[in-house]
Amino acid sequence: MVNIKINGVEHAIEAEADMPLLWAIRDLVGLTGTKFGCGMAQCGACTVYVDGSPTRSCQTFIGDIDGAEVTTIEGLKGKVAETVQSVWAELDVPQCGYCQSGQIMSATDLLASNPKPTDTDIDAAMSGNLCRCATYHRIRAGIHEAAKRLEA
Amino acid sequence: MIPKLMQSMALPARVEASRRQFLLGALAAGTGIAVGYRLLSASPALAGEAQAGNDSHAFSPYLTIGGDGKVTILSSQFEMGQGSYNGIATLVAEELDADWSTIDVKGAAGNIPAYGNIAFGGTMQGTGGSTSMSTSWERYRKAGAAARAMLIAAAAAEWKVDAAEITVENGVLSHPSGKSGGFGAYAAKATTMPVPADVKLKEPSAWKFIGNAELKRFDSARKANGTEQYTIDVKLPGMLTAVMIHPPLFGAKAKSFDASAARAIKGVVDVVETPRGIAVVGEHMWAAIKGREAVTVEWDESGAEKRGTAELMSTYRDLAGKTPAAFARKDGDAEAAFAAAAKVIEATFEFPYLAHAALEPLNAVARRNEDGTIEIWGGHQLPDVYQKLASEIAGVPVENVRLNVMKTGGSFGRRAVFDGDVVVEAVHVAKALGFRAPVKVQWTREEDTRAGRYRPAYVHRLKAGIDADGKLVAWSDHIVGQSIVAKTAWDGMVQNGVDPTSVEGANNLPYAIQNQTVGLTTTDVRVPVLWWRSVGSTHTAFAAEAFLDEVAQAAGRDPLEFRLSMLEPQSRHATVLKLAAEKAEWQKPLPEGRFRGVAVAESFGSVVAQIAEVSTDGNGIKVERVVAAVDCGLAINPDQVRAQVEGGIGFGLSAILGEEITLTDGKVDQGNFDMYTPLRIDAMPKVEVHIVASSNPPSGIGEPGVPPIGPAVANAAFKALGKRIRVMPFAKSLNA
Ligand code: FES
Ligand code: FES
Repeated sequence: MVNIKINGVEHAIEAEADMPLLWAIRDLVGLTGTKFGCGMAQCGACTVYVDGSPTRSCQTFIGDIDGAEVTTIEGLKGKVAETVQSVWAELDVPQCGYCQSGQIMSATDLLASNPKPTDTDIDAAMSGNLCRCATYHRIRAGIHEAAKRLEA
Repeated sequence: MIPKLMQSMALPARVEASRRQFLLGALAAGTGIAVGYRLLSASPALAGEAQAGNDSHAFSPYLTIGGDGKVTILSSQFEMGQGSYNGIATLVAEELDADWSTIDVKGAAGNIPAYGNIAFGGTMQGTGGSTSMSTSWERYRKAGAAARAMLIAAAAAEWKVDAAEITVENGVLSHPSGKSGGFGAYAAKATTMPVPADVKLKEPSAWKFIGNAELKRFDSARKANGTEQYTIDVKLPGMLTAVMIHPPLFGAKAKSFDASAARAIKGVVDVVETPRGIAVVGEHMWAAIKGREAVTVEWDESGAEKRGTAELMSTYRDLAGKTPAAFARKDGDAEAAFAAAAKVIEATFEFPYLAHAALEPLNAVARRNEDGTIEIWGGHQLPDVYQKLASEIAGVPVENVRLNVMKTGGSFGRRAVFDGDVVVEAVHVAKALGFRAPVKVQWTREEDTRAGRYRPAYVHRLKAGIDADGKLVAWSDHIVGQSIVAKTAWDGMVQNGVDPTSVEGANNLPYAIQNQTVGLTTTDVRVPVLWWRSVGSTHTAFAAEAFLDEVAQAAGRDPLEFRLSMLEPQSRHATVLKLAAEKAEWQKPLPEGRFRGVAVAESFGSVVAQIAEVSTDGNGIKVERVVAAVDCGLAINPDQVRAQVEGGIGFGLSAILGEEITLTDGKVDQGNFDMYTPLRIDAMPKVEVHIVASSNPPSGIGEPGVPPIGPAVANAAFKALGKRIRVMPFAKSLNA
C-alpha cells in the first residue's frame, strides 16, 4: 500500500509498487484529466506535479513516491494557473484538447519560474509536450498573453 | 446495405462534383430520400433520451432544449478536434437566436435519414473528406429555424398574441406587450407545436454568429481544465480494460498462445483470443499491460507480408519507370509534345508510409445491457458501418446496437475504417468474456503505431517539357502505390483501374497545360492503408508543386509568376496565390540567410496557397514563418478556419520533416514517439492565415491546410541549400 496525497486528499493506494502513477490516478483514484499518450515519457500528456515539480506520471512508479503530494489538472489552483486556463479558452488554444492538460501543467510551471519567457524559453520548456493537432502557434501566443496579464 | 458508389470518404473534387450530382439526382428520382434537412419528428430513442435527460425536450433529431433553457445539439458529425461541433453549433445558434453560453453538442448516430452525410449521397453517416460543414450547412440552420418557429408558436399560444409580433434574441422570446421568457419556459409546449413544413433562413446581413471572428469555441474551457470526456475516460460499473496483442506481421494469425504466466499476475482477469489478436483483460490498464508482457504467442506467418521498405520502394521505383497500368487523365498528345519540347526534365519523388498517431491511442468500450442490446462507446467516425459489424459479431439486430459517439483526441482519418478495427475488437473481447462485464479495449502507443492503417507509401515519376519560350507544354505524372479503397467495401469507387484517392490533387491541376497525362499503377501489398488528413493530396500536391518549381527553374522563371501565367487571373488559385504573395511581400528581398518557397493546392473544395520562409545553418533548414491564404467558401467560424490551417501546417510539416513508418522483413520498425517523431513546438513556425472573403457555400477546412506546406518548404529549402527535396522525410534528401 502506498500513501499519496492527490489534490490535497490522502489516498491509500492498494497496488503493486511498480504501478505508474498515471494509472493509479486514472484507474484507481478515478481522475481522468491526466491523459495517456505514450507511456514512455515522450509526449507529456500525463504531466502532473509531484511535490511541486512537473513530472511524467507514466514513468513515475507509485512505490517511489510514497508520502508525496501530487497535483493533477483537477487540483491546479492559483493565479498563474487560472490565468493560463482562461487565456487558453479565450484564444481557443485547444483543438482536440487531449494534450492540453499536460500543456497547461507545463505552461503554468514555466510562468511560475519565468514570468516573461521568450519564444526560445517557451520552446525549451514546452518541447516535451506533444500536440498532434499542432496547436503550438497558439500555445506560444497563450503563454505570452498570460505573462502579460500576470505582469499587469 | 449501402450502395458501394456512395461510400466515398474523400472523392477528388471533380469526380465528387459529378458523382454527387448523379447521386442526388438518383436519390431524388428513385428512392424519395430527401437530402438535406428533414423535418422529422424526434425518433422514439431520442425522445426517450430526452426524457431521461430530465426535462429535456426533443425538437427534432438535431436538437433538444431543456427546461433550464440549455440547448443540446445532436451532431451527425464526429468531433476529433477539428471543430465540427462548434461549426454546427454556430449554424443552429444563428437561426435559433440562442444564447451561446447555453449551447452544448453531443454526437448522435442511428438515424440515417436524419444524419446521412449529404456529400456521401445521404445514405450513410460519416465524417470525412472535410465535409462536415457542407453537409450541415442547410440541415442544421433549418433545424435551428424550425425550433425557433416552434418556440414562437408556443409562446404565442400561451400569451394569446400573434406569433409574428414575437421577437427572439439571445435565448429570450419577447412581445411588445412586455411579455417575455427564456427558451426553457416554452420548450415543453413548443415540441407539441406543428413542425413547420418549411422555414425561411436569415439573410447573411442578419447573421450574428456565422462569420463572426470573435465567437469563441463553446468547448475550450473544459479542455483547459481537464473535464472534457474522451473515449479513454469512459467508466462503467464493473468495467474491465483490455490491451491487444496484434500479429507482428500484417496477415499473420495466432496459432497458439500461452497465458499461464499472465494469468498469475495480480489484476489480470482473463486472456482471450479474437479474430484480430489476443486480448489481455485486466481490472485496470496497468494489470493488462503487465499481463501482455507475460503472454507468449506462436504466429502463423505463412500468409503474411514479409517485404521490407527497401524492397517495396525499389519495386515502386522500377514500376514508376514503366508504362502506367491505368490513366486518370489524358489531355492532348503528351508524347508528341515531349518529343517536340526544347527541354525535358524528369524527377522521382518518394513518400513513406505515415501513421496517424493521434495522441489518444485507439480505443472503444463495449457492453451488453440487461435487455440484450449492445452499447458501444467510441470515436464513431463511420457509425453505420460499426453498428452493422457489431450486430453481426454479437448476433443481435442492427437496431439493438446503440452507439455513443465520443469525442476523441485526434483521428486524422484513423477512426474511419472499413473493418471497424478497435470497435470490432471491443465487441469481440466482450463476447469472448461472455459479456460478463463491460470492457474497454485500449491500445498502447506501440500498438497504435504498429498495428497498421497508414497513409500508403508512393513513388511519383514526373516529366515536363518546356518550349523555347519557357512555356510548359507537356506534363506527365506516374503514381505508384497501394489503393486505399480497392478490395474493401469502398471498392466501387475504383473506376477503370483508378482509385480516385490515389490521384486526387494530381489529375485536377489548375494549370493550363495542353498536353498532360496522369498515370497510376496500383500495387498489391498487405500493409493496411487508410486516408490520412488530406488523403491523396498529401503526396500528389507535393510532387506536382515541388516539380513545378523545378520546371520554373529550368525555364528561368520566377516560381510565382510561372504559376500565375498558367492560371486564369480571376481563378481561386490565382486569388490565393496573389493574396499570400502580397502578405508575405514576395517581391521584397529577404534578409540574409532567409529563403522563400511557394505552393498552392486545392483539396476538398478549398484552395490554399502558402509561402514558407526558411533559414539555414548550411546543413539543415528551420521553417521560420508561413503565410497562408485560404479560399474555403464562406468561413462559418473564421477563427476556427485559422486554427485548422495553423494545425494543418504543423501536421503537414511534421510529416515531411520527421515522420516515416518503415518495415524490416514486414515488421514495423517504429513503436513509440522516440522512433515515430511528430513535430514539437520548437520546430513550429510562426503562421499567418488570410481568408478570402467569399459567399460561396462552405467547403472543407480540416484538411486543405495540409497539402501546400511540404512543397512550399521544399521549394524554399532548395533556395537555401541548392538541393531538391524529393525523398521524404526531408533528412533523407538532405543526407543523400
Ligand atoms: S503518457 Fe506520459 S509522457 Fe506520454
Ligand atoms: S489539441 Fe489535440 S493533441 Fe493537442
